[in-house]
Amino acid sequence: MIRYSLHRALSLILSLLVASVVIFTVIEVIPGDTAAFMLGVNARPDTIAALRAELGLDQGGFARYLTWVTGMLQGDFGQSYTYRTPVAELIADRIWVSLPLALYALFLAVVIAFPAGLYAASRRGRLGDISVMGATQIGVAIPNFWFAMLMVLVFAIHLRWVSAGGFPGWDQGLGAGIKALTLPAISLALPQAAILTRVLRSSLLDMLGEDFMRTARAKGLSRRQSLWRHALRNALIPVLTIIGLQFAFLIAGGIVIEQVFFLPGLGRLIFQAISARDLIVVESVVMLLVFLIIVVNFIIDIAYAAIDPRLRARA
Amino acid sequence: MKKTLWIGLGLTLLFLLAAAVSLLWTPFDIESLDIRNKLRPPDAQNWLGTDHFGRDILSMVMSGARTSIAVALVAVGIGMGLGVPLGLWAAARRGAWLDEMIMRGNDLIFAFPSLVIAILITAVFGASAVNAIIAIGIFNIPVFARLSRSAALSLWQRDFILAARTCGKSAFRISYEHILPNMINLLIVQGTIQFSLGILAEAALSYIGLGAQPPVASWGRMLADAQTLVSIAPHVALAPGMAIVLMVLGLNLLGDGLRDWLDPKLRVTRA
Repeated sequence: MIRYSLHRALSLILSLLVASVVIFTVIEVIPGDTAAFMLGVNARPDTIAALRAELGLDQGGFARYLTWVTGMLQGDFGQSYTYRTPVAELIADRIWVSLPLALYALFLAVVIAFPAGLYAASRRGRLGDISVMGATQIGVAIPNFWFAMLMVLVFAIHLRWVSAGGFPGWDQGLGAGIKALTLPAISLALPQAAILTRVLRSSLLDMLGEDFMRTARAKGLSRRQSLWRHALRNALIPVLTIIGLQFAFLIAGGIVIEQVFFLPGLGRLIFQAISARDLIVVESVVMLLVFLIIVVNFIIDIAYAAIDPRLRARA
Repeated sequence: MKKTLWIGLGLTLLFLLAAAVSLLWTPFDIESLDIRNKLRPPDAQNWLGTDHFGRDILSMVMSGARTSIAVALVAVGIGMGLGVPLGLWAAARRGAWLDEMIMRGNDLIFAFPSLVIAILITAVFGASAVNAIIAIGIFNIPVFARLSRSAALSLWQRDFILAARTCGKSAFRISYEHILPNMINLLIVQGTIQFSLGILAEAALSYIGLGAQPPVASWGRMLADAQTLVSIAPHVALAPGMAIVLMVLGLNLLGDGLRDWLDPKLRVTRA
């Protein structure tokens, strides 16, 4: 287990390193001079040069990459060109919207998918199964931002249960924050719940055909007991893979959903940064998103090994 | 299960037809504005009503189908065109450092969802349909590379490949002449699924303004325009949204149906 974890950790660090190089390189090929853009067309060349020096833009590419990466390792994401505040502060403000939203959505997706998948698998081929599968087909096909708009129309505009968007801030109380994130989280979770239900069902059905399930039934366990005790645990491996991948989509999909509900999250920050050409912010936020995704998948890899000891040997 | 195949095929053909017809004819010209007739609900003249500029929504949905299909199709083409050769190459060199490099590279791309790639590209080059295609296409590469690698790995174990090897054929020729034709079915099914995901991704990208720019009609941007109008004119949000749902549903049903039809063995385990 330790050897396996070390092996995975090494590849985690490599992935992060390569990802940072890719992101930095892509942003660096950007045409145009940030300093000239910030100062406008009438700026004098020596002012531009002074600003370039202040922002550190006059250094070579490799030196700037090193400054960026070593800074990030110490929690210093650099200085925003437009806000003139540390990028770390900007991110810290907004991540408390984006991260809870993604986790809330993941929680909802799992809470919906597990009962639905177990139910469909246990009623295989019957009406209950067919209805659940039909519902998941629709769920997979609905764009989450459109579903979000429809929910705003129904719950905010017609029923007036919640506000149509915005975020009061966590200092207004946990309840208010959760209430504001509920519609966004449901709309993010719905397609993911549909996918997860399908994966769980098919994974469970694969297990039902296995010899160990027949043994379980033969030794006197009921269908339900064998399903819960033996099939579910074995079916969890593909389900965990999908949950890992889904986290990536929830983090990225949150950017779109934040636009629907006017939530002050990382998505909003990144769009403002793009239009203001605040590249250091774009660079750092993208790196943070990719970091979250890579780390979550690393955790999932380790979780596999805990669930299925066979996987450790293959490292 | 045949029924799903036919429903899927029907819906897909309907949208392909709408997109094809829109090249030559739409009920109304979508580039001419008619403000006096703005936000009209559906009636005999404008079957799906008009938007905030008085443009006919049916015509916009038809032209939007063209954008969605073009973007998703080319993105699948990029993913297949680069991913399949990479996967075949990795499988032919299984276990070697090349295989390891290709697969780790794929893992890395998976950490960049198409939305994040689109954000990076847009930050550098600005928003356009072409950049949306590239973003979705790049994300498709590892999907096809992984699929074709794992399919090829199991094919390499088969006797007819051994026979081909004893004939002295090179790994390249074996991959091209024997492995590839045996996984066409898989690629068609996966291609259909990635096509439907591409439609969703294109809609999301144009919704947040990273996709096709005006005056090109796009379902995602129609929805973005509709967002502030949804309380006074819900029909402007319903039509493009339903178009996306039906197109994606059609493609998914088609993919499922094709999988059952092309490979009866898989019928038992379909998700």
